[in-house]
Order: sequence, then structure tokens, then C-alpha cells
Amino acid sequence: MEALLSLFVKSVFIENMALSFFLGMCTFIAISKKIETAIGLGIAVVVVQSITVPANNLILNYLLKEDALGWLGIYGVDLTFVGLISYIGVIAAIVQILEMFLDRFVPSLYAALGVFLPLITVNCAILGGSLFMVERDYDFAQSVVYGIGSGLGWALAITALAGVREKLKYSDVPAGLQGLGITFITVGLMSLGFMAFSGIQL
Amino acid sequence: MDAEIKKNLVDPLVDNNPITWQILGICSALAVTTSMNTALLMSLALTTVVALSNFSISLVRDHTPGSIRIIVQMIIIASLVIIVDQFMRAYAFDTAKKLSVFVGLIITNCIVMGRAEAYAMSHGPKLSFFDGLGNGLGYSLVLLIVAFIRELFGAGSLFGVQIFELTKDGGWYQSNGLLLLPPSAFFIIGLLIWVIRTFKPAQVEQPTFRIHEEINPQLV
Repeated sequence: MEALLSLFVKSVFIENMALSFFLGMCTFIAISKKIETAIGLGIAVVVVQSITVPANNLILNYLLKEDALGWLGIYGVDLTFVGLISYIGVIAAIVQILEMFLDRFVPSLYAALGVFLPLITVNCAILGGSLFMVERDYDFAQSVVYGIGSGLGWALAITALAGVREKLKYSDVPAGLQGLGITFITVGLMSLGFMAFSGIQL
Repeated sequence: MDAEIKKNLVDPLVDNNPITWQILGICSALAVTTSMNTALLMSLALTTVVALSNFSISLVRDHTPGSIRIIVQMIIIASLVIIVDQFMRAYAFDTAKKLSVFVGLIITNCIVMGRAEAYAMSHGPKLSFFDGLGNGLGYSLVLLIVAFIRELFGAGSLFGVQIFELTKDGGWYQSNGLLLLPPSAFFIIGLLIWVIRTFKPAQVEQPTFRIHEEINPQLV
């Protein structure tokens, strides 16, 4: 239990998806002009991340790994090389299903997330989460915790950046740094701030 | 025709650079630049994938129904990435290990998808190939510049070969540890954008908000 808690804290703060692994940067920079949209996208990422990472964990352990097809009586097959294509397929499919599900049963949430859901398929934070799960060999419980934690960390980072940028538009930025340049510097400073968490261990 | 190929190749290097102007493919640009080795391998991988994917997507563009084009592009790109990934594991295993998940993340790299959508779907295979190559090279250029600064001043070496003698080995250069940490990548790209936009004022973005505009217009 403690190990899981520690993994959670680690994935939210210390190994923050956006600020220390630079994942999902394109959307991170592009959709952080307003707090409301940033929160919407953040929630969408948390939801999708906490479903896709465990789902891909199951795919890996019961279909792709060496001898994983043992439950079908097939041995000696190692399918890990098609991993990439199956993870992205799973992500695209889950996002699509989630979209239909929300549209039918939770229309209010669907209206709030609407535009962001399709965007998420190509967000590297989502695929990155699954790939880190594979690389670090998480078991199912760990992958659930990691999915939720890394999603939350990303949401936290984009909301904070949107807050900073909303205030930033009143400041007098040198012409060449206007827009993209100053955003990069801001994110750098935030990343420096998040590094303060790096000593924490539970 | 040749002029267009040349334009496709040269334009994305500085004027229309995928990273500093189109804001595409930033994730990997930041993550793999702690050393020249990883940056070079990543550049090669991405340039190969984006050129070939543009080529193949452009080949099938007339046979792809609009509603399923994203998934078709995705499958082509993912297959190319798998091939590149397997190649790297076979021939450059150590560096590939350091790149960790970032080779796989080429699939969701916005440069590849972005060029496929914006260019390959509406142009012939030959032009698309060179467009992909140009954008890949533009990406590589930024990557190598950032990696050069980070490795040289962060670790005093280039491609793993010691250039500046470090103080801890009895030399004169006190390495700057910050450059090996994530935040420095943001700072360097931010400053790089500043430099490019100082020389290319056309790229400067308009501020969304100005203070005292009506009071003293010549100040702003």
C-alpha cells in the first residue's frame, strides 16, 4: 500500500509528465491560454489516462508478452514488437468509446469535454504513460495508480500554466519573446519549481 | 518543379521551422537533447519516419475516405516507427535504450501527423517526400543546436568526447549542472525563438493586450 502511495506522489509531482518528461507539450503550450479550457482538457486527460494505462497493461500481460498467450495454450510466441501499434489502437478505440458513452449517459460531462476528447488520441502524454508502464514493468495495481497519478500531474501543470499565462498577458514582454518564447521561459521556471519535489520520498 | 522541391527542403529550416514556428513536436525536442548522441539518433529516426510517412500517405491519398483518414495515417506512421525502433535496437542498442519511450512517441509526434494532414493529403508523393525531409531536417537542426549547448556546457563534452576538462578531473571547467536538467531545455528553446524572431521580425506575435495604448501610442 505504501509503495503504491509513494508511486502516486512520484507520478504526480516528481516525475510530472509535462514538466520533467515534456510529454503532451504541443497541447500543453497550445491549449493553455485560458484556465477554463485548461481545466477541461486536464480532466479529459485524467479520465483517459486512468483507463488506457491499465487497459494497455492487460493487453501487454495477456496478449503480447512472451508466452502471454499461455492461457490459450499457445507457447513460444513473443508479440512485443507490435506493441506500439496495439497501444495506439487501444487508445484511439477507448477515446472513441468514451466519447460515445459520455454522449449517451453523461451529456453534461460530454459537453464540457467535447472538443478535447478527440485531441487526446494524439497527445503524447497518453501514449507516453502506456510506454512508461511497459518500460518499468508495472503490475496491474501499479498501472492503475500510475495512470491516475500521471494524469493528475499533467492536469495540475496545465492548469497552473494557464493561470500564469492569463496574468502574463498584462505584462510588457520584449517583442521577440512575445507569445511562444515567453511561454517556454515560464514553463522552464515552473519546471524548476517542480524540481523542488525531487527529494521527497514516502 | 525543382524550385518547389528546393522550397520544401529549405523553408522549414529557419523560416517555417516546425519547432520554433509551427509549435510541432516539442515533446521529444526537449527530452532527448541532454547529449549529442541521443539527439542525433532521434533526428535520424524522426526524419526517416516523417519523410517516408509523407511519401506513403501521399501515395494512398486518393484512395483514403476522409472519415477514416486519421486511422489510416496512424497505422502507416505506427508501422514505420516500429521498423525504425527495431532497427535501432539492433544496431544502436545503448543509445536506443537512453531514448527510452521517445522513439515510440514519434507516433504521436505532431510533426508527422501535422505534415501528413497539412501537406501529404493534398500533394504528390515526390513533393511530399521532400516536404517531410525538409521538416525533419528543420527539427534536427533545432535538436542538434539545443543538444550542442546542453552537452558542451552541461557536461563539457560532445558526442561523449571530453572537450572541456572538468574541475572534478583536475581541469579548468566547472560544469553547469542545470543544463542537464529538464528546465534548461525550455530556457534554451525560448531563447532560440527570441534570437530567430529578432532576425525575422515577421514571426513576432502580436500581444493580446496592451497597456496605455490610447495614451501614448508611440511608446508601444
